[in-house]
Amino acid sequence: MSQKNRLQSGGRIDRSKAVTFSYNGRRYKGYQGDTIASALLANGVDIVGRSFKYSRPRGIVAAGAEEPNAVLQLGATEATQVPNVRATQQELYDGLVCSATNGWPSVESDLMGVMGSIGGKMMPPGFYYKTFMYPQSMWPTYEKFIRKAAGLGRAPQERDQDAYDIMNQHCDLMVVGAGPAGLMAALTAGRSGARVIIADEQSEFGGHLLSSREQIGGKSAADWVADVVAELAKLRNVQMLPRSTVNGYHDHNFLTINENRTDYKGDKAPDGQVRQRMHRVRAHWVVLASGAHERPLVFGNNDVPGCMVASAVSTYLNRYGVVPGSKLVLMTTNDGAYQTALDWADAGREVVAVVDTRANPNGDLIAATRARGIKVITGSAVIDVKGKKRVSGVIVAAIDAKRDKVTGKPQQLGCDTVASSGGWSPVVHLSCHAGSRPVWNDDIIGFVPGPTIQKQLTAGGINGSYSLDKVLSEGIKAGQDAASRLGLSPAAVKLPNVRSVREGKPMALFHVPHTKPTSRAPKQFVDLQNDVTAAGIELATREGFEAIEHVKRYTAMGFGTDQGKLGNINGMAITAKVLGKTIPETGTTVFRPNYTPIAFGAIAGRNCKELFVPKRFSAMHKWHVEHGAEFEDVGQWKRPWFYPKAGETMQQALDRECKATRESVAILDASTLGKIDIQGKDAREFLGRVYTNAWAKLAIGKCRYGLMCGEDGMVFDDGVTSCLGDNHFLMTTTTGGAAHVLEWLEFYHQTEWPELEVYFTSVTDHWATMTISGPNSRKLLAELCDDIDLGKDSFKFMDWREGTVAGVPARVFRISFTGELSFEVNVQANYGLHVWEKLFEHGAKYNLTPYGTETMHILRAEKGFIIAGQDTDGSMTPIDLGMSWCVSNNKPFSYIGKRGMAREDCVRGQRKHLVGLKTKDPSVVLPEGAQAVADPKQPIPMDLLGHISSSYWSANLNRSIAMGFIKGGHDRMGETVYYPLADGRVIEAEICSPIFLDPKGERQNV
Amino acid sequence: MLHIYCPHCRELREEEEFHAKGQAHIARPLDPDACTDKEWGEYLFFRKNPRGLHHEIWYHTAGCRKFFNLTRDTQTYEIKEIYKIGEQPEVTADKG
Repeated sequence: MSQKNRLQSGGRIDRSKAVTFSYNGRRYKGYQGDTIASALLANGVDIVGRSFKYSRPRGIVAAGAEEPNAVLQLGATEATQVPNVRATQQELYDGLVCSATNGWPSVESDLMGVMGSIGGKMMPPGFYYKTFMYPQSMWPTYEKFIRKAAGLGRAPQERDQDAYDIMNQHCDLMVVGAGPAGLMAALTAGRSGARVIIADEQSEFGGHLLSSREQIGGKSAADWVADVVAELAKLRNVQMLPRSTVNGYHDHNFLTINENRTDYKGDKAPDGQVRQRMHRVRAHWVVLASGAHERPLVFGNNDVPGCMVASAVSTYLNRYGVVPGSKLVLMTTNDGAYQTALDWADAGREVVAVVDTRANPNGDLIAATRARGIKVITGSAVIDVKGKKRVSGVIVAAIDAKRDKVTGKPQQLGCDTVASSGGWSPVVHLSCHAGSRPVWNDDIIGFVPGPTIQKQLTAGGINGSYSLDKVLSEGIKAGQDAASRLGLSPAAVKLPNVRSVREGKPMALFHVPHTKPTSRAPKQFVDLQNDVTAAGIELATREGFEAIEHVKRYTAMGFGTDQGKLGNINGMAITAKVLGKTIPETGTTVFRPNYTPIAFGAIAGRNCKELFVPKRFSAMHKWHVEHGAEFEDVGQWKRPWFYPKAGETMQQALDRECKATRESVAILDASTLGKIDIQGKDAREFLGRVYTNAWAKLAIGKCRYGLMCGEDGMVFDDGVTSCLGDNHFLMTTTTGGAAHVLEWLEFYHQTEWPELEVYFTSVTDHWATMTISGPNSRKLLAELCDDIDLGKDSFKFMDWREGTVAGVPARVFRISFTGELSFEVNVQANYGLHVWEKLFEHGAKYNLTPYGTETMHILRAEKGFIIAGQDTDGSMTPIDLGMSWCVSNNKPFSYIGKRGMAREDCVRGQRKHLVGLKTKDPSVVLPEGAQAVADPKQPIPMDLLGHISSSYWSANLNRSIAMGFIKGGHDRMGETVYYPLADGRVIEAEICSPIFLDPKGERQNV
Repeated sequence: MLHIYCPHCRELREEEEFHAKGQAHIARPLDPDACTDKEWGEYLFFRKNPRGLHHEIWYHTAGCRKFFNLTRDTQTYEIKEIYKIGEQPEVTADKG
């Protein structure tokens, strides 16, 4: 297909670089420098999508971020699919593949469109709420079909192969937007010595100057921009970010900028390059120079392809050398849009008429237009558009905008393009992200940024300043203001000469009247992406949705991916008019980040796959991997879970590991346990305040188990603490609780008891810890340790000794979590693997067996030892756990948890108590989480007695064992309870002591 | 994302280095055992949720591991002052 709408010359495209792309499966040609939108228009493609609700054909209406219709699916392969791409922003590259995102079987002939035109009247706002609410049970069915019909594109089914990254930056001044105002602000601040970052969403700096035929300082606008950019490039204190959308302006002058680094180069990023980069910038000052979007007018059938925003038409003409039609009718409420008629005429195509809604327009541009022989129809408006898949004509009539009436006889004009301009809306979005509300300005007929606590300045279009000289001078002033606020002396920058244009007053017109009342007139679209019409807004207000946020939610106005950039102001004005309120009284909806849609990849950056969460490995990790361990995540740690031998099931491996421990000797890597070194003369006193038991008399060389509670009296962690010296202790915590416990200790020390002299240091990673457990553990350790007397009476249970193990300095603790004779050997972490391997060298003859966390859990459950976090959930006191032996209420200081445990609710009877549970059928293992009831035949909801917290098959006992909670369980030993399961089974179990094995503790005291 | 001055490091750092520990100036009763259940319950569970100035404890988790207080406007997220544990705020609601 030829580029029938491409002009012979002109534009900023590179005609020497032709590119081929595919749209909806057909191949088209364009040039480097094109966007998809400009190339589609050059090729005469009118329809780029079907509308959301009525499935009407839609064409390109704008030329930038505000485009509501041309939202495409991009990507040549499954892995490179990108939904939600605005054709007006995506640069063309050779081989680009894109397609329309809705329309079935195609956008050209869409079946839903038939339904839209027949059923349009039957789809008022709130249609879904009204139609699909009943019967409620059908909603899941309805939803499936609604979801299928809705949406703009789809997510890729394969993993994105591209990389994204995140860069943190600081600057003195962040300039948002590189149009004339932004460029001047950056240049001025840059010359003043400020560290400046200037970002713009377009591929080139210049903003609307790229589409302008104005002269600046005696040069073409494009040359002037090139000179400024060249100077900025030389300033080492200025960083320029083209193709970078400032998407969020957050608290404390923090901005998120999405830089498109290679999206414009190809389907996939070149090797070694990232696709997009998120800049996270903290700026001392910010200049918002984000410009303004032209407002289209709202009139009958204003969505037919060929209806465009006036300035977009000029952009396609001047920047891309594309004239998107043959015969133009321009409707305007202001002088500025006349330039589009002049641009069109200069391209050699016909301007049928300019329709000005004002009675007596008389500015310079009107005179110039008339001088060209172009017909200007005043005091009139385009009230309706003819044509289905492309504009074929318009109906023009005289109007009385004040009384909202058509006053003259309608006449038809033939044309294929309708450009409209209702004035401009400042792009205030970013100024609102941190909570500021924009304020209405009657003079410029638009919202401008409201008061803010941000260190924010504004310049140009965002202030409603649209004449070029004013825009440039505001840019200079913002740059100077920023410099002086930064304590720099502002550089003098000369305001370049520009043509001065006499302009008449614009008219405020948000809704063009029709001969029929709005509800009967042809559809007048306010929000094209979400198919919201003027009649729909009127209906919503009649139905009682009067607050603008309610109107938004009921009609879906501004809910699209374009966030209503084109339509919102018109919609708010229509709402205000219907309610008889002013626009400021009606107000705006809230603008939130992101300004334009953003890829998840850009948000994730490098924080995905293996870098999503840090992993922690013990010093013996390599050995575990080599010996076939399966791993379990515990916090960030990778812990061996069990060590299956070839052909073994998990249960077989666990049975073998459990038996080896109780029959000979086994070893656990316990390095991940939290370890906190506590020193200071008040360390002992401190321990007494944070643990529930007594610490005053713990002698050097001794260890003690402790429970930690919150002020509410609930257990949150436990561990063994050893006395290393009079003022020196080593605390251990659960693996997952280590960081929290350290913070807990610091919090109480720093905020409650700063008078105590005590210091906390995390030493978890400093030590490798291996627990040797089983009747042969002493014999094994003795082979590698000759300087500690390991004798039964000289090295007692709950003692620790310092010595040498495998030639390495070690601390050996005689503590046990298995109930067997156990020694916990701690060595400097970098010796860990050496000692571990030495133990295996000597351990072979004792069948030394490595075991993982699962066997550890089973062995401790055989002994009824709790695991904080598994057998506790923040609602259990030590008493509930049957651990009153670990509570000392004789301590002089009211330790943390003591008062909490005495609360009324904690001392009432019938609290849930930790007990053991033996299934009647010993081969059945209760599922963890199962709930006990006294009578399984009672009606649902049943009276629940408590849940199973730990449950295993015990090879040593040759039966299942479980720990769980039962209301008043400590007093119900021997009673039977029932566990009704989701699969219909009911498991019967007997309440018993949680200590299933060796209740007297004889095995560990040998 | 807030920009927070750590009074111990004496530098402005990103919010990611910190975490909030809730309302400041809730002293642990000196004699908990003398508290009624109601008093203890109020100490434990009841917190302010003001629209406007709020005195908070923050923790420089990924920095110096020190706690400090700040006064923050919960509407604007403006940090009005930073002060150390044991000190009293100067910016308070009753001072207008």
